Amino acid sequence: MNFNVIPAGDSALVIEFEDRIDPDVNARAVRLADAIAAERIGGVRDVVPTYRSVAVYFDPLRLQYDRLQDYLASVDPDANAAADRAVELIRIPVCYGGELGPDLAEVAGFGETTEEEVVRLHAGGSYRVYMLGFVPGFAYMCPVDSRIAMPRRPTPRVRVPLGSVGIGGIQTGIYPAETPGGWRIIGRTPVKPFDPMRTTPFLMKAGDTVQFYPIDRAEYDAWPSS
Amino acid sequence: MALVVIRAGMLTTVQDRGRWGFQSRGVPVAGPMDPVSHRLANALVGNEADAATLEITLLGPELEFEDERVVAVTGALFLLTVDERPVTVSPPTAPFLVPAGGRLRFGTRQRGARSYLAIAGGIDVPPVLGSRATHVVSAMGGFQGRPLRPNDRLPLAPASNVRRTARPPTTRITDLPDHEATVRVLPGPQHDRFSRESLDALQSAPYVIAPDSDRMGFRLRGPQLVHSKGPEIISDATSLGALQVPSGGQPILLMADRQTTGGYPKIATAITADLSIAAQLAPGDSIRFITCSPREAMKALIAQEQALLQVEQSS
Repeated sequence: MNFNVIPAGDSALVIEFEDRIDPDVNARAVRLADAIAAERIGGVRDVVPTYRSVAVYFDPLRLQYDRLQDYLASVDPDANAAADRAVELIRIPVCYGGELGPDLAEVAGFGETTEEEVVRLHAGGSYRVYMLGFVPGFAYMCPVDSRIAMPRRPTPRVRVPLGSVGIGGIQTGIYPAETPGGWRIIGRTPVKPFDPMRTTPFLMKAGDTVQFYPIDRAEYDAWPSS
Repeated sequence: MALVVIRAGMLTTVQDRGRWGFQSRGVPVAGPMDPVSHRLANALVGNEADAATLEITLLGPELEFEDERVVAVTGALFLLTVDERPVTVSPPTAPFLVPAGGRLRFGTRQRGARSYLAIAGGIDVPPVLGSRATHVVSAMGGFQGRPLRPNDRLPLAPASNVRRTARPPTTRITDLPDHEATVRVLPGPQHDRFSRESLDALQSAPYVIAPDSDRMGFRLRGPQLVHSKGPEIISDATSLGALQVPSGGQPILLMADRQTTGGYPKIATAITADLSIAAQLAPGDSIRFITCSPREAMKALIAQEQALLQVEQSS
């Protein structure tokens, strides 16, 4: 077994893999989370994959401890790695720069390059969704090209508009709601990462692959609201 | 059939048992800060355990009922009136009737921080991701995703198909603290990222709840905790009751509206049975932490469950 199971209070446990941010480590965590959820063990309330761990929340009075323990004792998170669930490729339109991407010039300055090159590098990348957190539907995606991996602002903005696409070091993400935020905002997408009224409320889940593609302001404005 | 808000109170929100099952998508659980009082209130009026109640914080509302309803108020103690007449039920959690057109008013708060008002039938706001719980920060669930305001009209489900009212417990299921409480914790999940002395320091003196505390968490001021491997971890899941310690060394007790993930180590986690006690504290009140064994945590939880089942089965 290449993971540790540690209790987190009386109603949760955490299964931890190697202590680093790495696509293979994260893939093991996501696979294990999927597998535990699929077991439908009585009393389990929520299964949450993060960068390098899986949290299992349960009702301690109703959890089938034996089933969970037996399962964890027998499971091999490396098994089926080849037959990984079909990785979903999600393509997201972004209108870069201008008033929708107020920090684009700053990021270009950081990278000692042009705004066009920042767009090319950001849209040219392929990003893994490591986990969701912060607010509903916010996906932490890596890796941003090191040339444009500008650290967060020292003081976060009080309000970042919904759909803003930001860079925070090697991470990129989309703000699914108007919230405070410290990432460098380089553009905005007309697609909502989260809409509870949509048939599929969430655009992304841990383990997905995301690519961005540029659209112009006219396309942004004409985008059908989802 | 509806409930009309005359005065909203300080922070009155619709809550059910919480929005479970979507933490992997970053959706906070929300739900009642004091789950025992929430469940008790529902049981007393004959509702299902997951019916939506009102969570009332520090300063209570005044509400007008369009039709006659059986109600019960649990948790913090307020002086209650219906149409200016004091409600004198005994014990104070006992269900009572509000007539059609009647106004239920929460007056002076006597003890505790949060009350739960259950109304026979339950509050019938539309579920979002399967739950009626309000998460204020993400503007999700409850009544338009926000605390109540004057003139809001909250839809009520028909009271015709509720069970009979239940017999209120004569002794409280959880203690109602008077500005201070002891909360038992289990070490972990990251107590090994703190100095050896930190777990002792945590228990050495009470922590005061800071003014900027809310439903997301209680910011605490007290003995300093010392990280031994730095104040940051690779972000992981943040469970209810976790004592998260940012770089300043002062812990935050994570409560119902906490974010689903966080990047600070967690030295200990409050036991489930004591969360309902912590929830009855307000800014300025104090918490003393004490470690216990997993066995003691389970014993306390089982005792609570038995007391709640007894009420639920008496209807």
